[in-house]
Amino acid sequence: MEVFKKTKGLTDAQFHYCPGCTHGIIHRLVAESLEELGVLDKTVGVASVGCSVFSYNYFNCDMVQAAHGRAPAVATGIKRAKPDNIVFTYQGDGDLAAIGTAETVHSAARNENITIIFVNNAIYGMTGGQMAPTTLPQQVTQTSPYGRDVTVVGYPVKVCEMLSQIDGASYVERVAVNNVRNINKAKKAIKKAFQNQIDKKGFSLIEVLSTCPTNWGKSPVDALKWLEENMQTYYPLGVYKDKYAQEENK
Amino acid sequence: MAKVTFNEDKCKGCGLCVTACPKKIVSLSKRMNSKGYHPAEVVNQDACIGCASCAMMCPDVVITVER
Repeated sequence: MEVFKKTKGLTDAQFHYCPGCTHGIIHRLVAESLEELGVLDKTVGVASVGCSVFSYNYFNCDMVQAAHGRAPAVATGIKRAKPDNIVFTYQGDGDLAAIGTAETVHSAARNENITIIFVNNAIYGMTGGQMAPTTLPQQVTQTSPYGRDVTVVGYPVKVCEMLSQIDGASYVERVAVNNVRNINKAKKAIKKAFQNQIDKKGFSLIEVLSTCPTNWGKSPVDALKWLEENMQTYYPLGVYKDKYAQEENK
Repeated sequence: MAKVTFNEDKCKGCGLCVTACPKKIVSLSKRMNSKGYHPAEVVNQDACIGCASCAMMCPDVVITVER
């Protein structure tokens, strides 16, 4: 009996990601969730700009590629035109938290019935490791060689905390993929975010803390350790908003 | 009996499965695959408990676990 095999939600194409990049794990979690919910044939994904731009080659569902940061706007259009389809975006932090902040915030404010998978690795990966809005204070990157100086460039954007203040957002949770336990939790959160969309519960965003071994200058194993020790303290994991759980508890 | 197989040609030798294995039976091979990476392999198949931790951790989904 097979305990674990590759999900049908992923194509046979090999990921182009660097060795040890956790994008692959997150791809698998999304694809498995879609397969388990039986919605692969009516799902439309929106790829972003960044390393995850080629995700349209990997997900075994219909995919669209949006301009930088505009994935939630494109997803809004698809979902409104085709409300019976499941629509999700897969975006990195340079895409969602920088150039796409407006689209993200306003799709949450409108409570669009879409699912956003937000991969936060605290750096611009594809372009070569520049400082991102989510780069931690004192973190060394190509464009902050002495560490991020918050007195000059300001503080990191905490997307989950920000969106949890918006009345429209239904479900906002931050998870990580640094060990098997957290991966299981991440899977649960991602599946719930898609189930919410099927149940027409509105806007869901799952922030996944991810690694970028290449641009962090660490081995894949050390990168997971760095994520746990530094990112998880600045970006605490947990459910930031669950509108329906709040209503059920009233 | 549990059995774990690696799609060696797609393995990038990142080593995350090595650290995830509770039985410490996964290691990186001395061989090279067609991409030039040292693929992961299981040294002592009989000790495998089929927990699939390695497969959960694998970013390239190259591991299949049977029990």
